[in-house]
Order: sequence, then C-alpha cells, then structure tokens
Amino acid sequence: MRVWPLPLLMLGALLAGPVAAADYAPLPGGTFTSVLPADGKAAPAKIAPFRLRTEPVTNAEFLAFVKTHPQWRRDQVAPVFADRRYLSHWAAPDALGDALPQQPVTRVSWFAAQAFCESEHARLPSWYEWEYAAAADARRADARRDPAWRERVLQWYSRPSSQPLPVVGGAPDVHGVRDLNGVVWEWVDDFNALLVGSDSRDQDGADKMKFCGAGAVSMQEKENYATLMRIAMLSALKAVDTTNNMGFRCAKPD
Amino acid sequence: MKRLAPWLFIASLLTGQAFAATPLPADSVYQLHVTLTDQDGHAQPFAARRGQVQLVSMIYTSCTMVCPMIVDTMKLTRKAVAEPGRDKLALLAVSFDPERDSVDALRHYAAARKLDMRYWTLARPQPKDARPLAALLGLQYRQLPDGDFNHSSELILLDTDGRIAARTSTIGRVDPEFVSAVNKALEPH
Repeated sequence: MRVWPLPLLMLGALLAGPVAAADYAPLPGGTFTSVLPADGKAAPAKIAPFRLRTEPVTNAEFLAFVKTHPQWRRDQVAPVFADRRYLSHWAAPDALGDALPQQPVTRVSWFAAQAFCESEHARLPSWYEWEYAAAADARRADARRDPAWRERVLQWYSRPSSQPLPVVGGAPDVHGVRDLNGVVWEWVDDFNALLVGSDSRDQDGADKMKFCGAGAVSMQEKENYATLMRIAMLSALKAVDTTNNMGFRCAKPD
Repeated sequence: MKRLAPWLFIASLLTGQAFAATPLPADSVYQLHVTLTDQDGHAQPFAARRGQVQLVSMIYTSCTMVCPMIVDTMKLTRKAVAEPGRDKLALLAVSFDPERDSVDALRHYAAARKLDMRYWTLARPQPKDARPLAALLGLQYRQLPDGDFNHSSELILLDTDGRIAARTSTIGRVDPEFVSAVNKALEPH
C-alpha cells in the first residue's frame, strides 16, 4: 500500500466531503415468482447472485459525480440524455442549495443513472433483481404474502408527492438493503421493455399491451397492486425523462 | 500528446469537440459514445457514420420471427426511395444480442439474407452498450428465459448529423409516409 503524506490525505478528505464509498450487499438470488412472468405466461424468473447498493444514490453522491464528470452537469448534458428538468431542484449545476445531501437524488434520467453506476463499476439492476430485492422485509427474503408488507408498500403511494423526500437510511432488510420501498421510485436497466408483447410478430398486440398494462399482460401476483403500479409507471417513461420522485441505485455481479 | 494551439484549446472548451469540423447537434444520437463492430470485424465509433443518411434498426440474428421481416422491410423501403438519392442511403442493423451475435454470426447472417454489403452494415455493440443505444433510438427489448427476445420493431431514419428524422412501426410492407421522409432527407441541401 502506498503511504500518502498527511496534508494530501486531508485534502482528499476535504474534496470527498461526506461521500464515502458506497456499500453493496450480497443477495443470493434464485428462482423468483415475479408479477411479470419471464415468458409472458407463468415462468418464474431466475436471478443470479448479485450485489445491490444498500441505499439509493444521494444528492451528495450525485454532486460528487457531476463534479468529476462535468458532461453530466445540468448545464452541459446533451438533451438526448436528459430532459430539461434534469437536476433542476439543485441551486446550481454544482451546488445543492435546499436539496439535502442525504436525500436520494431525483430528477435524473435513465442515461444519467446508468452513467453514475458505470462510474462505480456497477450497472442498474434489472427489473427482476429490483423486484426480488424489494420483496424482502426485516426477517424474510420474500414477505410479499404478508398483508402487513403490502400495506406498508401501499401506504407510501398514498403519501402526497408534494411532501419533501425523506433522507436515506431506513431500517435494513434481511439482506442489509434499505429504502427499496417508501422513499423514491427507482430506475431499472430494462425499465422500458417490461410490457413489450411476448410475440413480436404481433405489433398491434404489443401496442395494446403497452397501453392497457395490467389488464392486457398476463401478470401473476395480482394482489401486489403496488408492484404493478411500479411497472406501469416505469413503462410509461422514456430514458431521457426525469421526475420529482425518480431516483436509482446500482447493482454489481456477485 | 501534442501541444494544442491556445485558440484550439479554447475552441475545444467552448464546443466540447476539439477537432470536428462542425459541432455535433445536441439532439444527435452520435452524442452517445459507443463502438460498433461490423460483419468484417472492423470496429469504429458509432459517430463515424456521421455524414450518411441511413435507416437503422436493432435485431438479433437467431431471431426467426419478426427480425427477418425488419430486414426485408429495410430492403423494400430502400427500393421505394427515389433515384439518385437511393444510392446514398445506408442500411444499418445493430444486434441487441451481442453475447451471441459474434462477428461470424453477423457475417453468416448477411450471406444467408443475401444482403448487398455495398450499403448494408450489420453490427454488434459491446454488451454494456446495447441497452443505451436502444434507449436512444427508442427501441425496446427484453430477453426471455429461452434466449429469445421480446422487442419492438421499428425502422428509424437518421439524417447526416444523426438526428432521428422519422420512424415507422410498419413492418412487412412499405410505409409511404416514411419513404417520403427518406426522400426528403436525401435531397441535396
């Protein structure tokens, strides 16, 4: 290991500010009954072991990223990668202002989220990885059968979106992951492909599925309205879109 | 690295592009830095296709359903384009299955489909780049457990600067409106 002179170390600490290296928790994966059958009928998803960021990416972390990747500043980003509201809640392209450092970053496009994850040598989780992770509670890897789990997830949806976002750092689940439900919506890698029809020859059918959502696609676990709503919301977005409540976290292979 | 003349350095700061003759439009798909490798194994930046009017779609070569129809529709559309502009129209099919679509697979596909390689290019992105490229083009795909894909099927018209000038989801026959858009894009400016 190289030994850095003390002043340089202090400078590094100053520059890095409150941002420490992100934590990733290992998740074992396995066979998972998604609300979205893998084959459009009934097949469960197979999820390889992976690691998931324990918390959503925060304003402070994303600020550090745009400082080292100025092409992702809101005043420099190409419009093919982010809409005009990208990071518009920050005081300046390189200053948070009223946005709290520990709040999850929102108003980030899919492209921006992806670029951030790449900078951490990671990627966005797939829908199946995210849904599988979010099924956990403090004691179980899959708590979805428990009405209390559903109630808690649904409760969040009834919170007015005008309320300020909570800061990250909720209670860890059985995997050590926090804030999957109840803080922000999160981008996934394949966000826009979830409702593509299962037979691509049938263009008309694919369109109907896109727009009829839960009614048209053969979905399982229909009691999980909250998860279905999330799929419908993700499917309505384009990769350049940014919204008040849309954040992200990253994943890595095991 | 050679030292840059100060004015060049300033120009590069202003435009973000040191050496391009004219800066890339902000809404150009060439803003995305990805490398495409063609059926002959030549790798070059996607942006190296700047200057050509082209039809673009994404497919995978083991696809037996709609992909051959996408390729056929690209052929038909080109045929429907007016001379002499037609000769300047390039066709590009990019794989969203680069794990399986090796350079060899692309070359075999080109031969099997009897593609005229004077204006056709089949290409594979690096695996990590397939999804961003598709997102940029507004195309969707999802891999199924059996290795097939669900995907949207569209032809996209790129102008010389890589702006999306038109798109059509009509597959299996020629979309007249789309052909008009191609003709217009090929008109000398």
